[in-house]
Amino acid sequence: MKLNRRVFIGSGAAAATTLTAPMAFAGGHGKPRVVVVGGGAGGATAARYIAKDSKGAVDVTLIEPSRMYYTCFFSNLYLGGIKTIDDLGHSYGTMAASGVNVVHDWAIGVDRDAKTVTLAGGASVPYDKLILSPGIDFVEGAVAGWDLSSQNAMPHAYKGGSQTELLKAQIAAMPQGGTFAMVAPPNPYRCPPGPYERVSMVAHYLKANNPTAKIIVADPKSKFSKQALFQEGWAKHYSGMIDWIGDDFGGGKVSVDPGAMTVTIDGEVTKVDVCNVIPAMKAGRIAELAGVTDGKFAPVNAIDMSTKADADVYVLGDASQQGDMPKSGFSANSQAKVCANAVRGALTGSRVFPAKFSNTCWSLIDTNDGVKVGATYEATDEKIAKVDGFISATGETADLRKATYEESEGWYAGITADMFG
Amino acid sequence: MGNPDLGAALFKKCQSCHQIGDQAKNRVGPQLNDLFGRTAGGLEGVKYSKSMSHAGRDGLVWTEDTLDSFLESPKSLVARTRMSFRGLKDAEDRANLIAYLRAFSKEETPAPELQATGQGIEITLDPSVLAIVGDAEYGEYLSSECLTCHQSNGSNDGIPGITAWPTEDFVIAMHAYKQKVRPHPVMQMMAARLSDEEIAALAAYFSDLD
Repeated sequence: MKLNRRVFIGSGAAAATTLTAPMAFAGGHGKPRVVVVGGGAGGATAARYIAKDSKGAVDVTLIEPSRMYYTCFFSNLYLGGIKTIDDLGHSYGTMAASGVNVVHDWAIGVDRDAKTVTLAGGASVPYDKLILSPGIDFVEGAVAGWDLSSQNAMPHAYKGGSQTELLKAQIAAMPQGGTFAMVAPPNPYRCPPGPYERVSMVAHYLKANNPTAKIIVADPKSKFSKQALFQEGWAKHYSGMIDWIGDDFGGGKVSVDPGAMTVTIDGEVTKVDVCNVIPAMKAGRIAELAGVTDGKFAPVNAIDMSTKADADVYVLGDASQQGDMPKSGFSANSQAKVCANAVRGALTGSRVFPAKFSNTCWSLIDTNDGVKVGATYEATDEKIAKVDGFISATGETADLRKATYEESEGWYAGITADMFG
Repeated sequence: MGNPDLGAALFKKCQSCHQIGDQAKNRVGPQLNDLFGRTAGGLEGVKYSKSMSHAGRDGLVWTEDTLDSFLESPKSLVARTRMSFRGLKDAEDRANLIAYLRAFSKEETPAPELQATGQGIEITLDPSVLAIVGDAEYGEYLSSECLTCHQSNGSNDGIPGITAWPTEDFVIAMHAYKQKVRPHPVMQMMAARLSDEEIAALAAYFSDLD
């Protein structure tokens, strides 16, 4: 850091700390180092905020295998034909240009004693603080008959990108009057309204292109997020097309055969044309390899998202035990800002403010018919706890539903700018 | 209703920068024909401040009410307006001047309907609340929560822009949400858990953004 009079006075505490008590930072750079694993809503936001707010005082490295990030949020709108795949894609270029060291590689191990992250390409990256935001991976054997090798025949499309494009192509190739099946996941999973927005968007597409096609949903749950709103919308826009089979009707007793393209629900075998299997989820594997998970997800301290297992390791977003917050991109982005503030404070002495979290999830049921649910949260000793919330109501006017949808467009522009700059 | 003849006399204060009436041209300030219903910063070829352009983009339209606010204290409505006028403190003077200006608007077109959430709702705040000096650094941290939806570049795509708002207006709006007087369930929820100091902090931070 080039010191001149203005920087010295302006940086205040940070500069004083570096001059008077140089800490033994990783790599002997003199600059504290943060490594972020995962460049999604949590990781990209954290990396960008730490880099920009520290004004270069903190060295930030982001490990992300994809060169282009395709948002999972809004991907259902792509399935519905309302967005293009390019609308969903964002480059890491601006982030790299704004000071984050973006490394396109996989993190395959974490040594918390040596404080290093091992990459598939062979490098070992040292850290002072490690932020893991790896999203989710699927629980092996969760859906009888399905494993990751089946994802081409029966896509999950629950990670944005090529899986989404595959599912769309399969839907487009359905024969007239064909069947789209979805095996919905059990709680907790990423994006609670996601599968049902997907059903809505697939129905929207089919109504226009394949109106005699049918949709069946086998659901291990007896209720789901925004259920009243979705069911009202399905009856209104897609009457007769969608059959939701909840747990009460055997929706939880499911097996699939990707070879034969059949789905068996409570003993009844159905031949399907497309089968979207969304299995039970757990934290992205690197969190488990780092030794910070307990069961499927990583327990964290609500005040700063540090793991209970290690004060120098933080977990954001879907991979964390996030208390009352849902697993959503909005939540990950919200948690990232609390974490970034805390991490920067720990490393440079900058001011640390109390944790505040919020989330809003928008779902599009049909053109200009958008609904939302959301809440604010605070940090307690036990967990991230809900403070207050709101949800769209059934019977709302068309104008309000349209305004709600337009808000989601504004939000998408906002969050992607927040993540990527 | 004001008296346009008395307003004409008051307009002498404005004449050094503004023209009005037949063959009025843009000079230091824009010409003021057809002012009513015009979006702020809306005339071609005029060098508006960023503040004024943004205000217009965020939905500021010249009406009797907005002109009344602006003329009382221009900087309070448009933070960094290039109009260096201290303001007309007397309400009757303003009414008269506005009546004069209105005579040069062909037709008072109703202001384009803002979204329901954009309606300004009057609430009275204790002066001590308005007097709180906001901690802009705290406001910057708090603002990160706002910036997921309200973009930092002030643009307005389904979610209104909140940059370059005069501090007082920002504070009033947030309190109006907090008191659940101003509609919008998300904003009411967000404002509900902000203390008076936190609202002041946010106002301080956002007023500096342009």
